[in-house]
Formats: sequence, structure tokens, C-alpha cells
Amino acid sequence: MSNIPILKERESQIFRKGKKPFDMTCGKHSLAGSVSQRACVFCGSRVVLYPIADALHLIHGPIGCAAYTWDIRGALSSGPELHRLSFSTDLREKDVIFGGEKKLHHALIELIHQYAPKAAFVYSTCIVGIIGDDVESVCRAVGEKTGIPVLPVHSEGFKGTKKDGYKAACEAMFSLVGKGDIADISPKSINILGEFNIGGEAWMIKSYYQRMGIEIVSVMTGDGRVNDIRRSHGAALNVVQCSGSMTHLAEKMKEVYGIPYIRVSYFGLEDTSQALYDVAAHFTDDPEILESAKELVRGEIQAIYAELQQIKQKVRGKKAAIYVGGAFKAFSLIKALRYLGIKVVLAGSQTGMQEDYQTLKEMCDEDTIILDDANSLELSKYVLEKKADLFIGGVKERPIAYKLGVGFCDHNHERKIPLAGYQGMLNFAREVFRTVSSPVWQFTPKYLSSTNSHHKHPPGPPSRGEFKGKLFQMRLP
Amino acid sequence: MKSQIKQTSSKEYTATKNACKLCAPLGASLVFKGIAGAVPLLHGSQGCSTYIRRYLISHYKEPIDIACSNFAEDTAIFGGGANLKIALQNIHRQYFPSLVGIATTCLSETIGDDVPMFIREYASSHPDESTAPLVHVSTPSYQGTHMQGFHNAVLATVKTIAVTGKFSNIGHVNIFPGMVSPADLRYLKEILIDFNLPFMMLPDYSRTLDGSLWPEYQLIPEGGTTVEMIRCSAGAAGSLEFGRILSREKQSAGKWLNETHQVDCHHLGLPIGIRETDRFFQALEVLSGRPTPEKYQEERGRLIDSYVDSHKHVMSAKVAVYGEEDLVVAMAAFFSEIGILPVICASGDRSGYLKEELARVFPDDVDQSIRVMDNADFVDIESTVQDAKPDLIVGNSKGYAMSRRLGIPMVRIGFPIHDRVDASRRLHLGYRGTQQLFDRIANKLIEYRQLSSTVGYTYM
Ligand code: SF4
Ligand code: SF4
Repeated sequence: MSNIPILKERESQIFRKGKKPFDMTCGKHSLAGSVSQRACVFCGSRVVLYPIADALHLIHGPIGCAAYTWDIRGALSSGPELHRLSFSTDLREKDVIFGGEKKLHHALIELIHQYAPKAAFVYSTCIVGIIGDDVESVCRAVGEKTGIPVLPVHSEGFKGTKKDGYKAACEAMFSLVGKGDIADISPKSINILGEFNIGGEAWMIKSYYQRMGIEIVSVMTGDGRVNDIRRSHGAALNVVQCSGSMTHLAEKMKEVYGIPYIRVSYFGLEDTSQALYDVAAHFTDDPEILESAKELVRGEIQAIYAELQQIKQKVRGKKAAIYVGGAFKAFSLIKALRYLGIKVVLAGSQTGMQEDYQTLKEMCDEDTIILDDANSLELSKYVLEKKADLFIGGVKERPIAYKLGVGFCDHNHERKIPLAGYQGMLNFAREVFRTVSSPVWQFTPKYLSSTNSHHKHPPGPPSRGEFKGKLFQMRLP
Repeated sequence: MKSQIKQTSSKEYTATKNACKLCAPLGASLVFKGIAGAVPLLHGSQGCSTYIRRYLISHYKEPIDIACSNFAEDTAIFGGGANLKIALQNIHRQYFPSLVGIATTCLSETIGDDVPMFIREYASSHPDESTAPLVHVSTPSYQGTHMQGFHNAVLATVKTIAVTGKFSNIGHVNIFPGMVSPADLRYLKEILIDFNLPFMMLPDYSRTLDGSLWPEYQLIPEGGTTVEMIRCSAGAAGSLEFGRILSREKQSAGKWLNETHQVDCHHLGLPIGIRETDRFFQALEVLSGRPTPEKYQEERGRLIDSYVDSHKHVMSAKVAVYGEEDLVVAMAAFFSEIGILPVICASGDRSGYLKEELARVFPDDVDQSIRVMDNADFVDIESTVQDAKPDLIVGNSKGYAMSRRLGIPMVRIGFPIHDRVDASRRLHLGYRGTQQLFDRIANKLIEYRQLSSTVGYTYM
């Protein structure tokens, strides 16, 4: 596959473990003309705020930015579902010339009247940054008129990367924090940050902590509510998942309200258990919390252990490529895959930082390819070169994997299955199994060429999965 | 911001809620995906191209590379010229394209980038042969929807590439099918081949967006109309251009070829239903000088046979149909043949011609029993549907939420179809496509009655 040229400027963003000393360039703006898998500032803000289900999300700009983000994520709500609607000021030529403030003002008033949200987020997209609308003052005016918080989100797409979007979202959310009544909040309480309730994940995690005797003040932002966020400064600890998206808010809450925070991951048995223990460790004055955590971990693992072992037998020895948004997720995935006996041959992220890549490097085996902000060409080049059986990434990577005859698991916000916590690990293992053990791969060019034959009856795939033994023996040679 | 400001409707100051349209560069990118060896390049910031790619990928389920000139903050202040040139350079080095289709986003339009000038500068500083033809289409979304982006890209491509006096030696025709499915494109090609009629179809993403697996990664998927064929379009024996709304617009590829190169243009509706498809086949008979091959006469015969066999299942059914204006008009024409009343005809487009074109098909019903909505969004449509209580909803996936809420069954057509597996394989055009639509609609109505009946007969 050396026929795929790698742009010279990109070479410093690709690293092969075991070769030259490690110095990865990252946090760089994507190269003009390459097909980056990255998005924009707005995308970052939208991802973070999206699951707040009783807030209005109005996207100020031309229609595209809103249309492409309408109901695309699996973030569930137990009540209102305002987040699943897509509102746009849908700017027209006239607005671009004369400014969109008036339209924004009217649209906000109309929408707040019609949908009675608890707060409104107003996302600025690229051209708002150019035509110079004073979004801030429109928001203030509408806020005064309607009596709800109307919060500008400075998310003009070109003013940075997705990470800046996370930050803008955190800033907007922070202006809600500290506004609610915290009188009746238990001292043994936490906020869950960076958990978006994809497929109900936040509900599972919440229940773990509740069973440990800990009160959840707010989840930011999975199944999120404006009022919970307003009270979130009453919690004793912030538990932050995923390195990138909400650390900024945790930092601010630490600075202003003195709330400490810890970073955790809920992906994989090891990391989930570690998260629960770390939180328990914070509440040392109540040893019962740690005890119930231990008991919970034991019980949860016991419930899934047998099936996990079975699956392990069937998938071990496979090779996986990982390409995800944040590097933190990659760490957990590597551990979880390793638990299943799967080797990671390629690991990359859209927005990792220098120290993340350092950690990645330390975790990975020799000769693993590490990529920052990769494009389709590079991804496919290495997936083929490393003969991966499985690709883990987001929607944009799926067709690349499939075209090359490589299995794929969605690990992004658009999936609908919960992959967090213990049950999530089981779901993940099942999905990996269903992917790598499907008999369809026997018809793919990759498989045919690796068995090095063009005969008419290719042998069955290595594992027949559930039918092991039975169906396989019945096959004609 | 070159063109005249179009008048806006009374919705001037309201928000768009759940848009029933997409933005212009999406349509343009799709056109460039239908040209062999072409790379679409969005001139603007990263997000737009990533969102558009993801949206297209979820429908076509194929890798879709759309490059971007990746504006940063300083680019937005100092202009995108330098970025565009670097982007073009990188695309040439990495993809070896045979054409680069440059569509602008709202951002580069708003800052007033002079893209034609950038292109001239690039071309003159890269005079070598490996430099691909560069097509520029202006696609600010505040001026039009994905449909305008699509048609404008077809027009821009022909304008840039067609060469005077260049003839294919085979007496071919041009066909501009509009935004239809890969299966539709394949079927159109089959028909043209059966008529023995050489053709230049623009765009043709029937293989690039619906292909088989790859033994090796392909820089650009195989398939698509060749640049060489597009060059010859000015010397064609005639053009076929689908879309009654498009035929009303001032500009189109077919019109331009006619005005500039005297290539006759047959303006046709999207060939859905017997009558519109008959017109298409008549045009093919004229252009080819041959009768319609028996195969298609048989398809037509079977379609009419099924109309008759099943007319009671569909007669008097009320349907809400939405989507691109030309699709809505074509569907309405088809409905008029089988006794279905499209009580709601809605589109996010706003050409201003929707009502008139519908009135041609349903002269007595428009404004009486048919509500025509342009510039509409799904919140408008849903409240109208709730009021009109149709038996069936027909349109793209994005109407599913309302179908579910209101308990009205739905048949998916057009773009996008994100919640079914066969978007690329759905056929809409010609006798064969109409047959599929008719069967699906009739079956859906029957299924619904069966489900809601207390008896549930298995024999009709
Ligand atoms: S800025 Fe314009 S081109 Fe970009 S996504 Fe929004 S509407 Fe589409
Ligand atoms: S216009 Fe800007 S904010 Fe909107 S999608 Fe494009 S890059 Fe992102």
C-alpha cells in the first residue's frame, strides 16, 4: 500500500512506535486541501450542550450547521426532548447584508414563547463572526424580556478547533452555575461531567453512585436539566469523564467554588471500577461508601463474567485499529480490547494533546501506528498495512473500513447502544464478537487475498461463533 | 453577494424549525462526486465539509472525500486566497485529480473572496499538464438550498468544461437527471444503452457512490462521467433535462448549452408515473430515431396492469408529500394517475413556481383540497399534517419523527434516507421506478389497514 502518498507536512503527525524518538505535532490546524475527519468549534459546543433536554438550542447562521446536527445523537432524555429539535435563524442574503440581530431577536422570542424552555443557548456560527452581530446584547435583551437565561455560545467554526468549542460550551454553562438553591444537598454528593447519556449510559452510571450512597446533583450534560446545572456548585466533587470536553468547566468550578475534581473513564471493567473507587476514596469519612463500591463491583462483574469469558475465547488474537475524537477514549479502548485479547495495531485521535500521545505510546505495543488528525487516505493505508480485523471509530470512518472489508464498531455519539460501565462492556464485547465473527468477511477481497486463493469455495472464517462445531462441520469443503 | 435580493415571505423573522432542506455546498459536492476522477473542495472552514460528508455518508454508505481549504481565524480576516492555493496544491499532490470542483461556503462568500481570480492565479502559476481543470461554483446557502447548489454545479461544470466545436464522433445526447438515486442513474443508463444512444450524463455517481468493495484503497472511487465527455457536451445532438421547476429557472445547463451552443434541450419533468415517463421515452424516440424497445413497452404494460389490479387500494387515499420541489411535483403527477390526493405538498425550497407547477397537474384542487407549502420546515409540515390527517406520509427519512408521533404510516423516497439500508438502491424513475413506488405505497396502505383491522385478513 505504499502507493498512497502521505503529505510531507503531515509526517510529523504520524508516529510509528519503535522508530525514531517520539515527538508528535498536534493541536495543529488541519492542513488545507486534506480531508480531515475533524469538525469545527461549533461542533464541539454542540456536542457538549446537546443533551440538555429542557433548554432551547438555537443555531444562529445559515441553515446547514443546524440541519446537519438535527437529532443525530443517541443522547436520551427521561423527560423533555427539546434537544432533539433543530432550530436555526436560517439567515438569508438580506440578513447577511443588513445583519441578523433583528431576526435573532424575533426568533428567540417566538421560540421561547412556543416551547417554554428553562434556558436558551444561542450558537454563533461562522458568518455571524463575520457580519458582526452583537449576539451578546440580543441575548441579554431577550433574557430580560422572557425571564429565562439566554446564553450566547461563541462557537464560530473557524475560530479554532473542536476543543475551543468545548471551552465555549463550558463558559456558557458556567454562567448558569451558582444560581440555584443548594440548601438540601448532601455532603456526599457529586456532579458527573462529560457523560452524555448515549443509549442511557448516564442512567447506569448514576445508579452505580446512588447505590454507593452518593447523591448526584447534576449530570453534565447527559439527560441534563437547566436547574440541576444551576445547583451544581452544591456538590462536593466533580467527576469528569473524557479528557477534552468538560475539564474546563471543572477547572472553573474549582477556581470559583473550590470544588475539587477527578478524571475518570467508564469504559471497560478496569476503568469503571477505578472510577468508583476513586470517588469512594474522596469520601473517606464514610467507609461504607468504599464497602458498597467493592460490593457493587463484585456483583456487577460477576453478572457478566461468564459471557465475557466466552466471547474472549472467540475474539482473541484479532487486531484492531482505533480512531476516536479524544485521546482519553483511546486509552480506555486499548485496555478494554486488551482485556478481550485483541491487539491494537493503530491508535489515533482527532484532538489529542502532546502528553496524550506520550501516554498512548507508552500503552501501545511496538510497531503500533499512532496518528493525530488523520485523513481517510492515511487511515486506510495503515489499516491495510497492519491487517486490522476491526476498526473502532465514528460514522465517517465506517465506510472506509467497510470498503476495505474490515469490521467496524461505532464508538461515537451517534451510536444507540450504551458502552459505558459493566453492562456497556458486555455490550461492547458482544458487538466486537458480532463484528469479527460475521461470516460475511469470507467474501471480501481482503480475506480472499490473504487466504491467497481464488477458488470457488473459500473456507469458512476462523471462528464460526455461536454455531461453532455444528454448522462448520456440515459445510462442504 | 452578487445576485439580487429575493423577496422573502412573511416568515421573515421566524426561526426555521427542523429544516426541510440542506445547504448548497452539499448539492454541489454530490455533482462533483459524479465526475470521474474529480475531487470536491469546499472553500471555507472545516466544519461544513465534515458535516456534509457525514450526512452524505449516512445515506450512501460509501467513503466520501470532500476536501476543504480549512479557514482559520486569520484566513477569515485576510481572505482565503492563500489557503485555496495550498489546498489545490495538496489535492493535486495527493489525489492526482482529473477535475477539482470548488464550491464556496457561506463564510468565503461573506468575506467576499474572489475565487475566480484565485483560480486564474493558480492556473497561471501551475501551467503544467498535471493541473486539473478547476470548476468553481458559488454556493452561499443563504441564497439557496442543496438543490440550487446541485443545479448550479452542473451548470458551472458544463460552462467551464464544454468546448465549442468539439464533437464526439458518435452523435451523443446530454442528460441532466437532477438529484436522483444511484439506482435511478443506473436505470437511465440502461435505457439509453437500449436505445443505442450514446450519452453524457451529468452527474453520474451511480458507481462512485454505490460500488463494490475495494481490494486496495482507491484515491478516488471508480466511475463517473469523464471530463472528456463533458467537453463534448456542446456538440451533442440534444439535451434532456429533468425537472419542471428547473425548467422555469432562468439558468440551467440545458438552457446554457442551447443558448450558447444551439444544443436543443428537451425539458421534462422527473419521469415518475406513466405520463411523465411516456414523455421521456417520446423524447428518446425522437433523439434516437428508434421506437421504444419492447422491454420498456412491457414494463409499461405491467405497470398499467398493476394500476388496474390494485386501484381500489390506493384510490382516494390522502397523502402528504415533501422534499425537493421537483420531486414533489413529479410525485404529484404520479398520484394524479392513481387517484391519490396529495393533500399536502411541501418543500423547503422556494423557487416560487411550486404552486403553479402543481396546479398544472391538479388544476381544481390546489388551494382547495391541496395545501402547497414552500419555504416550509418540518414543524410547519407536521402541524399541517396533524390538521389534514392524511393516510400516508411520503418523503425522506426526516419525516419519520412526525410519522411516529402522529401514527401515520410512511414511505421513504428521495434524500436523505438515513434510517433504512437501501437508500442507493431505491428506484424512483421510469416505468420500473414507478412500479416500485406504486407497489410500496399500495402495500404500505394495505399493511396499515391490516394492522388496524380487528380481523387481519390474509386473503384479499
Ligand atoms: S455555513 Fe453555509 S455552507 Fe457551511 S454548513 Fe452552514 S449553511 Fe452550509
Ligand atoms: S459554518 Fe462554521 S460553524 Fe457552521 S459547520 Fe461550517 S465551520 Fe462549523
